[in-house]
Amino acid sequence: MTRAAWRAAANLTGLAVAAVVVFPIYWMVLSALKPSGEIQAADPLPWTGHPTLDHFRSALGVSGFARYFANSAIVASVVVVASALIAFLAAVALTRFQFRFRTVLLVMFLVAQMVPVEALTIPLFFLIRDLGRVAPMAGLNTLGSLMLVHLAFSLPFAIWMLRGFVAAVPESVLEAARIDGASQSGVLWRILFPLAAPGIAATSVFSFITSWNDFVFAKTFIIGTEHQTLPAALLVFFKPDENDWGGIMAASTLMTLPVLVFFVLVQRRLVAGLGGAVKD
Amino acid sequence: MVSTAPPAAVDAVRGRRSTAPPRRRRGGRWTPLWLLLPAAAVMLPLFAYPLYQLGLLSVLDFGQEQVSGGVPTRYVGLDNYRTLLASPKFWDVLVQTVVFAAGCVGATLLVGGLLAVLMTRVWAAVRVVLSFSALAAWAAPAMTGSTVWMFLFDTNLGLVNHALGLGPHNWTYGKLSAFALVGAVVVWHSFPFVMITLYAGMQSVPGEVLEAATLDGASALTAFRRVTLPLLRPLVTIVVIQSVIWDFKVFTQVYVMTGGGGIAGQNLVLNVYAYEQAFAASDYSLGAAIGVVMSLVLLVLTVVYVRALHRRDGRL
Repeated sequence: MTRAAWRAAANLTGLAVAAVVVFPIYWMVLSALKPSGEIQAADPLPWTGHPTLDHFRSALGVSGFARYFANSAIVASVVVVASALIAFLAAVALTRFQFRFRTVLLVMFLVAQMVPVEALTIPLFFLIRDLGRVAPMAGLNTLGSLMLVHLAFSLPFAIWMLRGFVAAVPESVLEAARIDGASQSGVLWRILFPLAAPGIAATSVFSFITSWNDFVFAKTFIIGTEHQTLPAALLVFFKPDENDWGGIMAASTLMTLPVLVFFVLVQRRLVAGLGGAVKD
Repeated sequence: MVSTAPPAAVDAVRGRRSTAPPRRRRGGRWTPLWLLLPAAAVMLPLFAYPLYQLGLLSVLDFGQEQVSGGVPTRYVGLDNYRTLLASPKFWDVLVQTVVFAAGCVGATLLVGGLLAVLMTRVWAAVRVVLSFSALAAWAAPAMTGSTVWMFLFDTNLGLVNHALGLGPHNWTYGKLSAFALVGAVVVWHSFPFVMITLYAGMQSVPGEVLEAATLDGASALTAFRRVTLPLLRPLVTIVVIQSVIWDFKVFTQVYVMTGGGGIAGQNLVLNVYAYEQAFAASDYSLGAAIGVVMSLVLLVLTVVYVRALHRRDGRL
């Protein structure tokens, strides 16, 4: 084969692979929009001539997904903001200061990312149960318990990732601000924070995902439907024998969309960050 | 799964700073402590303490009677671990966890690696299409990825059975086909990280090095094998270990797609097994012991990971 033929074959393969990879997402959105009759049909079509929002309406209304969506959004927002602030402070400590147990701490934050969090649900279940006796806002069956736990499990990675962005701010900029009379906290919040903001935004996406995607803690801590979040509610929706696939796909689409949007927004930074991995 | 993002992304940025971090002198030596205080206030009670509790639970006799408060908690030493090691079920689950994780890692690396090479050979437009489709798979939450794939492979209404003309074939009935289906979802979720990381790595191999190799008479394949691959080795190590750690911990996909471990627990992996022992069988201490075993395995993997990172840039 000639060079051009190889190139064409590579391009075709690339497009075919892309189609296969994205197909499940396409199928999810398509099925959410199909009328029930077409989903039940013996001959599934890869498109639909009669798109409808019925499944979205019934998922949000009858099945209460509007509430689960709101619960997930509340928990994730609190986690994102708290995690960004706490991780920023810790990242400053770990990059702009030299102290005795700095390396030990760094390794601990790395190791913390490897801990199988599902196994920790066992002690955490009892901890949260006991916590509920003294602080009803954060006991079992509350959104507060999820906020606390999601925060704890998003921090190690957020700190680890933010470190790079904080370190990238040149010391000379901070020194200039000090010479101009900026206070310690002025340097921290007025200079360092805005300069690290793009990194904080990128990191926040991952904190958001940690919280938004969490299934195991929501399933373990939340018993009723009132405080349930999306992933665990989706499982309840799921009845193996009489699945309302249109509804499940509509709910899945609602859950996937925000993550997809955030990922696309941050993807440049993500790929750019990855690009430097070998270069340096 | 998606939630844990690539530390490689981070190292990248960090790596740009080659000098030691400048130390501040004003503000006193207590400042880093103040800055770390909020993180400690969250992580000590909600991360470190539960970790200690997990270990403690694993040496107690702690089941439904103790939770209800009727029966006192008893220290039983290593009894839970003895029970585990003597249980054929535990060994089955351990072996299938390792085999399943190894299969997922192998497939993820193969797919991700091949596609990374493919990405260097296609037009820019095709590359963009490929990256965005991979990004969509990467972003899909484990939960919705599971539901969509289950719909595609549904016994009665699934597109796959229809397209293959299989009739009402149940993909989760057989042990192997259930594992294969879950594995496919895991690979779909995790190959984009490998693909994008390795592609970015290949892009950063200096063009003049490859050109020099070609001028010296090396074919494209030889140049790839002798120049690109060795330069990529540290990155490959990181990608491999990261994948091993992820795939060893798969929970949501297995739990959701096989309904908590499959028929008679045939599709259990350690993570789901620990959870089911604790919350379905109410044997919290045995579940904790499984969790400890898992943590130890992951700790060993992590040590290997840290050493790989360390070898790459010498310091953290």
